[in-house]
This record gives sequence, C-alpha cells and structure tokens, in this order.
Amino acid sequence: MKNLIGAALSAAALLAAIPALAETTLTVATVNNGDMIRMQGLTSDFEGKNPDIKVKWVTLEENVLRQKVTTDIATKGGQFDVLTIGTYEVPIWAKKNWLVALDKLPADYDVDDLLPKIRDALSVDGKLYAAPFYGESSMIMYRTDLMQKAGLTMPDSPTWDFVIDAAKKMTDKANDVYGICLRGKAGWGENMAFLTAMSNSFGARWFDEKWEPQFDTPEWKDTLTTYVNLMKEAGPPGASSNGFNENLALFNAGKCGMWIDATVAASFVTNPKESKVADKVGFALAPNKGLGKNANWLWAWSLAIPAGSQKVDAAEKFIAWATSKGYTELVASKEGWANVPPGTRTSLYNNAEYTKAAAFAKMTIDSINSADPSHPTVKPVPYVGVQYAAIPEFQGLGTTVGQQFSAALSGATTVDAALAAAQKSVEREMKRAGYIK
Amino acid sequence: MARKVTGAKTAIWTAAAWLVGFIIFFPILWMMLTSFKTELDAFSTPPSFLFFHWTTENYATVQERSDYTLHAMNSIITAGGSTLIAMAIAIPAAWAMAFAPTKRTKDILLWMLSTKMMPAVGVLVPIYLIYRDFGLLDTRIGLIVVLCLGNLPIVIWMLFTYFKEIPKDILEAARMDGATITKELLFVLTPMALPGIASTLLLNVILAWNEAFWTLNLSTSAAAPLTTFIASYSSPEGLFWAKLSAASTLAIAPILILGWFSQKQLVRGLTFGAVK
Repeated sequence: MKNLIGAALSAAALLAAIPALAETTLTVATVNNGDMIRMQGLTSDFEGKNPDIKVKWVTLEENVLRQKVTTDIATKGGQFDVLTIGTYEVPIWAKKNWLVALDKLPADYDVDDLLPKIRDALSVDGKLYAAPFYGESSMIMYRTDLMQKAGLTMPDSPTWDFVIDAAKKMTDKANDVYGICLRGKAGWGENMAFLTAMSNSFGARWFDEKWEPQFDTPEWKDTLTTYVNLMKEAGPPGASSNGFNENLALFNAGKCGMWIDATVAASFVTNPKESKVADKVGFALAPNKGLGKNANWLWAWSLAIPAGSQKVDAAEKFIAWATSKGYTELVASKEGWANVPPGTRTSLYNNAEYTKAAAFAKMTIDSINSADPSHPTVKPVPYVGVQYAAIPEFQGLGTTVGQQFSAALSGATTVDAALAAAQKSVEREMKRAGYIK
Repeated sequence: MARKVTGAKTAIWTAAAWLVGFIIFFPILWMMLTSFKTELDAFSTPPSFLFFHWTTENYATVQERSDYTLHAMNSIITAGGSTLIAMAIAIPAAWAMAFAPTKRTKDILLWMLSTKMMPAVGVLVPIYLIYRDFGLLDTRIGLIVVLCLGNLPIVIWMLFTYFKEIPKDILEAARMDGATITKELLFVLTPMALPGIASTLLLNVILAWNEAFWTLNLSTSAAAPLTTFIASYSSPEGLFWAKLSAASTLAIAPILILGWFSQKQLVRGLTFGAVK
C-alpha cells in the first residue's frame, strides 16, 4: 500500500513538473469575427514554430469581451496575456500604463510597413502599444443595377447631395427596395459611429478646443436633420433598431440600394455564399459636403499585452506572428488572397495578387487613408479619434446621445429636442468629469 | 346535453392551452430550426419555416471550434454544486424561520431579499479583486461560491413559504406521540416538505445554469460554463445566426431534458400551497 501511494505521488510530481519545464501557455482574448476565427484555425503554425508556447483562445462577443477585459486590466487580474482591443482603447489604456509597449518586435517585422494612420492611432508618444490585426474604415456599398436603373453613375467620391438624390430615386417601397440603409440602433459603437463620422463631413464636432459640447451648433442640426429626413424618405422601416448585422442581412437580401458601413462588409456582400446580390455591388468613398472631410471612420482590431501578464516575451512573439507579412502569406496560401486580414500594411496594397483577388481593395485603402484620427474634423478639436473621442467617458456619453438620436429617427422625439437633450447630458457629464467648469 | 357543452368547452380550453403553450415554446423551436439552416437561409426574408435545405454543418463547426464537453461539464458541476451547498444552508435556515420565528425574522428575510436589489455589476470590481487575491478566478469553486451566494436569498424565501404552509398542529401531534426532534424532522416534516424542496432544488439548478453575468466575468477558459460557450458565437459584425443557434441548442439541451423529466414535481412545487 505504502509503495502504491509513493508511486502515485511521484507520478503526480512528474506530471506536474513536465509542463513547468516545457511550455508557456498564452491566453488570448479575442472577438468573434471572421478573421479572428481564421487565426484560431491557423494557431498550429505558430505553435509549430514555437514548440515551447501553447495558445489558449477565449473568444467572446465584442461587448462582453470589452467589459471582461476592462475589469481584468483595471484590477490587474492577469487572466489574459494577449488582448484584442480597438483604436479607442489603446491610447486611453496606454496612458494609464495598462499596456506593455511593443518595443521588442523582431527586425524582419518591418514596423514601417504598417499603414501610417493606423500606426499613429495605436501609438502614444511615438511608442507602439498594440499591433494591428485588421483595419477598417467605412465606405458606400451600392447596387450597380439599381444605380443604372435610376439613370445615375456613382462617382468615386460622391457628395451628400448626390447620395440623397440617388437614394430617393432608387427607392421602390412597393417592391421592398429602399434607397439607403444606415445604422439606427443606439450605441457608441452603433449609430454614433456612423453619425459622428457623418457629422465630421458636415463640419460638426463633439467638443470645441475647450471641451465645450457642440450639439447646439447649426452643423449638428444640419447633420441630424439630413439623416432623419433621408431615412424617412428612403430608408427601410424600423431603421432605429438596425445595426451592422441587420443592415448586412437587408443588403444581402437585395433590399438596400446603398449601405454606408464598415469596409470589412465588402467581403461579405460580394460572397455568393452569403449574398444574393454578390455580383452587383460597387464601392465608393463615404460622402462629403465639400468641406474636406468624408463621412468615414477608422478602426483597427489590434493585439496588445496587458501590464499584468507574466509572459510578456511569449506574448510579443505571438503578436509579431499574427500581424506579420508571413501571416498574410499563410492565409493567402491556405484560404486565398481575398481572405487575408485587410487594412494594416502598405505592402499588401502593392501586391498585385491581392488587388486582383479583392475588388474592394482600392476603395478600402483610399477610405483608410482619407480618415485622420489626429485631425478628424473641419474645425480643431482637443481629442483624437474619428468616430469617437478617445476619452474614457466617451462610451457612456456616446450611448446616451445615441439613444436620443435613435429616438429622433423613430419619431419618438424631434431633432431639436434630441439635440437639446444631448447637449444637456454631455455638458453635465463633462462638468462632473472636470473637463469644464 | 349538458355533457356535450362541457365537451366543447373542454376542447376549446385544450386548444387555447396548446396555442399558448406553442406561443411560449415558439422562440425555442425557432432557434432549433435555425440551427439546422445554412447561414444564408437563417436570415432570409421572408423566413422559411420548414422548407429549407436541412443541414447539420453548424453542429459540426461548433464541435470543431469549441470543447462542448468541457463547458457542459463545468455547467453541470457549478450548477449542481452551488445548488447542493445552497440547499444545505437554506433548509435549516428556512426551517428555523418558519417554525421558530423571532420578532426579527421578517426583517432578516427582507434584508436577504434586499441583496438582490443591487445590480450585480455594482460589486463586480470588489469581487473580482477578492477572487484574484484568493486565486479563485477561472476556477469551478469560485463559480460555485458566487452562484450559491447569489441564489441563496431566493432559495430561502421559497423554502420559507413552503415550510410555513405545513400546519404546526401536525408537529404537536407528533410530539404528543413522543417523537424526538430528529424523528420529527425525518418522518413528519421531510415527507411533507418534499415537493417544495424538490421544486426549489430544480429552480435553483435552472437559475444557476442560466446565470450569465458572474459566469462570464469570473471565468475565462478552464472553468468556463455553457454561457461562455454561447457568448463565443455571438457577433456584432458578421451573420453567424445559424451557428449561434446551434450553440444555444446544445447549451439548453441538458436542462431541457432535466426539466422534461421533472415537470410534474416542478409544477406541483410551484403551485404548492396556492390553493387552501
């Protein structure tokens, strides 16, 4: 009996010792998007190149992930070694010293190849705090057949006047076809991402240089009136509850003439397996009003290391692998060029094979290049970010204002009342947070 | 003649009951149907009810991408474990309050219920810090503790109401016959309270199974139950409704089967004491 226990104990000790000697396990938190799921499928390539590192994935819905990761990083819980976060979080978290700077990337990583706008958005004081996995802007996706039927030709960079006119002409409510589908569901990452970007093209801004909220200006009134009227005349019914997915479903079912949303949608609407209109889609830059700014945003899902991680070196190796040129080639060889993560590297857009395989490549890069997080608006602003202001209060503010604007769209309130309520609540919160007196 | 009217009435009531039942069950049925559709069929308008291309590819994808067995085991262990502990604490507590009340009993009961009035997110950070320091993050024990504490007020309240329905005279009669406290508990009280205990137990399992705030926030992978499994298939950017439905169907399957077999006890317990 004694022998038996002894044997069992030593076996257990041996078993316990093996992983400690051999490997590091990285816990990677990520969102449930197509490109991330593809990366999970290719993990074995990284593990093959780094036999001493194992990767464990935690995939979650975006909002759940954001709450969980924020809790963990704020309390230094150390549950994760690599985080998937966006351009909104990176500057805020880096300033709070919650992220580890990525200054040990290998020489062949070629940091200078990263798209300058995206690299800027992920850097604080010249230091890179997250590496972009895929980048996106927004653009117009439109039905070439309906545009032709309306007797119009879409320019590469249309004005709002053209878009409004085209939307009205394309609308055929009797046949369930609507000229334009836009986000209406309340949320800082939902309708406010679109409306903030739209307001930039109208010359509006969230705050002036002294952080005074600007919802009482004529520019905001013009933005919101245009949006509400356009959606009433040429939008689908119930638009105030439509987000990205709902509009994607409508567009793929052939019910939208135009849709202004994330460039990443281009690969969905042109995929015959998902879309009924895959061969009738054209692309154009988001509209402008001749003021020098287009209504498009900039976002990059990026990989970063939380300050609480005990495995910084292994984590940095993983990030270098996932955002490298080599990874792009790996995806291309396994799944084709059209499926590589877009919008992070200049070299990808100089690659003839890629531009041939992805019809939307040129418009994507042009859209990304025309968005400038450091100078997002016509008039100067104290914040960074195109479709958001990179301050911790923005999530709450954006959602509160988004609810007002969504109510204006559904008709529950008027444009003037929604703007007045937005101005009041943002002013109160900015006073409370100490930005203004 | 009179019998005929009753027959027609019964038929109408039966039809109405079936209709209401069907309406209540419809979302679950729809989810199950969607799980057998392709992603393209899943969001087609108008939606197709039964005549679509049936496929099991979503289940195959879900199996390939996630470790269903691990998540299901975690759910069974955490829901079961937390229920057992909660019952072990709640039965004596409710018993004492029902049969030996003091003048503070009502206040205690209300105070317990008041802990459910605060939104859970209000204590997320303190609990997260405590869990971090005790090494309970992403452990089954950690989840069992938090689920047990979260459900205790409801469990005690339910048991208390059941116990209160048991007439004290019966206990007195037993004492007159010379029963000791142990005998009284085992042979008189327990058989009478059994339906109440059974339904509380089942409800507690269901509550713990469905709990999505704490389980999502306090577990990452090793202890992650089925709620995390579902959350990993939801996506704001991309239409994965069929896969999400397949994951959800897999997640509710065990509890649905459990509920099916125990519905008699469940209904009896829930209506116990409703009619005097």
